[in-house]
Formats: sequence, C-alpha cells, structure tokens
Amino acid sequence: MSMMHVNTTVNGDEVEFLCDSRETLLDALRDRLGQMGAKEGCGTGDCGACSVTLDGRLVCSCLVLAAEAEGRQVGTVEGMAEDGGTLHPLQRKFIEHAALQCGICTPGILVAAKALLEQNPDPSETEIRYWLAGNLCRCTGYDKIVRAVLDAAAEMREDA
Amino acid sequence: MRYHTPSSFEEASEIAAAAPGITRILAGGTDVLVQLRADIVEPDDLIDIKRISGTGDITRSDDGGWVIGAAVPGVSLSEHAALCADWPGVVEGMALVGSTQVQGRATLTGNLCNGSPAADSVPGMIAAGAEVSVVGPQGPRRIAIESVPVGPGKISLAKGEIVTAIHLPSRGAQGGDAYERFIPRTEMDIAVVGVAVNLRRDGATITEARVAIGAVAPTPLLVPEAGAALVGSTLDDASLAALSEAVSAACNPIDDKRGTIEFRTHVAGVLAKRVARTAYDRAGDAK
Repeated sequence: MSMMHVNTTVNGDEVEFLCDSRETLLDALRDRLGQMGAKEGCGTGDCGACSVTLDGRLVCSCLVLAAEAEGRQVGTVEGMAEDGGTLHPLQRKFIEHAALQCGICTPGILVAAKALLEQNPDPSETEIRYWLAGNLCRCTGYDKIVRAVLDAAAEMREDA
Repeated sequence: MRYHTPSSFEEASEIAAAAPGITRILAGGTDVLVQLRADIVEPDDLIDIKRISGTGDITRSDDGGWVIGAAVPGVSLSEHAALCADWPGVVEGMALVGSTQVQGRATLTGNLCNGSPAADSVPGMIAAGAEVSVVGPQGPRRIAIESVPVGPGKISLAKGEIVTAIHLPSRGAQGGDAYERFIPRTEMDIAVVGVAVNLRRDGATITEARVAIGAVAPTPLLVPEAGAALVGSTLDDASLAALSEAVSAACNPIDDKRGTIEFRTHVAGVLAKRVARTAYDRAGDAK
C-alpha cells in the first residue's frame, strides 16, 4: 500500500512524514517524528496517556489518524518547557509535589492540565478532578497531581 | 484502508455509494477509530468529512433554531452560550459522553450514527424534536432523529447516505429541556438508564411535552404517552405519577451486570420525574 504524505505543525515546527492510512497520530509522533512524550496506554481513548492538543483542543492522539493532522497544529509535552530547558510551572510543581511515580501518565496529564489552565486560570479542586477524569494514573492516587495543578495555577495567576 | 477527504457532501456520498466494501464516515473518530484499533471493524473506505466547509459550524437558522454541523465536537456545544441557553438538555446529554479528550472530538452526529442504545445525546435530541439532514444517491432529505437508530449499532440510512447536520427547532417562549442518566459512578461511564424531557409552559400549565428514554430498549425511544401525561398539568403529583408509569411501561431493557430489567425499568420512572422537574423549572426561568 502506498504511503500517505502529511504536512503538519508540531509545537510550532513545520514537519512532514509518510505514514500508513491506518496509522495513528500517536504512532506518527513517536515512530516518525521522534517525539516520545505522548505514551500509548490503552490505545482506545480511555487512559489519556497519549493526550495532545489538536488545533488547541485536547484529544487522545491514539484516536486521531496521522493523516487527519494534515495542515493542523499539534501540541505535545515536548512543547511545554521553554527553549533552554526552563520548565513550565506545571512541570516544576509536578516535581515539587512528587506528583508522579512511574511517569507513564505524566506527559498526558501535563498537556491536559495546561489546556485546562489556558481556559480556566483558577479552577476549583472539583473542576480539576473532572477535567482530568480521562487521564488515568495507577501510582499516585491523584491527590498529589491535583495539588500540583492547584499550586501551579496559583503561581501562574500571580505571575500573570 | 482508503482514507478520503472529500470537499463536499455530494462527493462524500458518491464515494460511499460506489464503495464496494465496508465504509465508515469519520467525524470525531471516538467510535470508528476505537473499532478500527480493536479490530472490530476495519473499513475498506474511511471518509473524513471534516474538510467539508461548514461541518464544524454551529449556526442560527432562519426560523430561530440551530444547525449543528456533523463534525462539531461536544466541547463546542458546551462553549456556545446561546445554544446552551436554548437547549441545555441537549448540550448536557452530549457533555456526558466520555472524557475531556473525547469531548474534543466526539460529535452529536457520531453519537447518533454509532447506533448505541445508550447514546447519551440521543434522548435529548429526540425530546427536542430535532431532525437530521441527509444527502445520498436519492437526493437530500430531512428526517426525525428517532427514525435514525433501528437497533443496536444499526441505523436506517441507505448505502451512500450521509448525515450533514443536526437541526434543533426554535426554542420559543417558556420552553425548557433536561437530560439525566443513571450510572453507578459519577463520571466516565455508559448510561444504565437515560431520560430526556422537553416541555413548554403557559404560566404554570404545561402545554407541550416530549419525553425520550435511552439504554432501556434496543434504541432510544420517544414515549408519546409520557409526554401526554404532562400536558395540561402543572406538574402536580398525579401527573408525575402518570409520567413515571408511562415511562416504565415503555421500557424494554436488557438484563445484565450493569442493571437488571427490574432495576432499569424502575429507575427510568424515577429519573423521569426528576428530569421533568428540571425541565419545568428551566421553562419557568425562560422568558
């Protein structure tokens, strides 16, 4: 089967790749573009480990075909830290609060939490828990994650 | 698998009509791509409609209703203040589907055309009296939402036919709608029972009512007897009891680990009363 040619933008950089028509955006990011942040957990849109933004919307990249990314803007965890390595406040607070253990869910949760804070800079604990309900974590029990997001949001509001 | 990105619904319909094997329409992909990934359905032709102009738009129609493009994701409904003010029940049904990530992709049209008996957005659309516009080899047509699903995973559209948009009627004065479902947890689950009520008041008296139920029959159902039980009443105890009885009588559920026949039938009647009260209050708040 002939491969499809896709032009897209990942974290602001224009990229192109060849892929199979059945290939997911997740697989293209990892296997074609070397962006290993998004993880495959379930592969069926339940766990959120593959969360990325597509034209600013939070989505599961395992449920997006790579070909659908043609001409669109993809955002991944690799785009969160500044050039030079300064971490995003969410990333810093996740470390401070020890909001990760094995780390598989962390890139997806960071991308999801960033999307939340962009539209709601002052979320309640309940709002955070509902927003992140599609991001499963089997290590932390979620509490440290929620605290880290609350703390990052507070810091980002002060700096705004 | 051939991946198509037609630029018009006519072109999409021609591809679907001529396709020899399994064909699927791709909007949000939250059912189609799960089925692909799980090796349940691998389409020979996958037709992505998102490149078609207008499929991502929510527009006010000439009659004061709403036209919701076939590729509008759930999150866009929830963010649309005027649509939420007119049809909060329709929007809250869709908002219950899946996670934030799923809301970023999943569509009303997809939820309808996937044909799940438990589809959370469908009872609300039926109660609202919504319609879908369809293009196909026989030309365009417009049909009621409740005529689309015909059984679990099955819809009434013919080969080559594609839903282009959902049409919600004009809200009009003193109208309100609501949807609730029962699930054994608070979030991220499939409805065990779902009930939608849409009604209109004249002062305290209900003048029109439509009631629809989900997850308690092979398809979501309109229950005309339940609507009739409310009309002419002020939502007094007698009319609520009649509503509850009519809803339970219309249930024809499966018996499984998520809910027995008896449980689903009972809960449908209980939920109907609760949802009717919400719709009634919303109709009173409306101008």
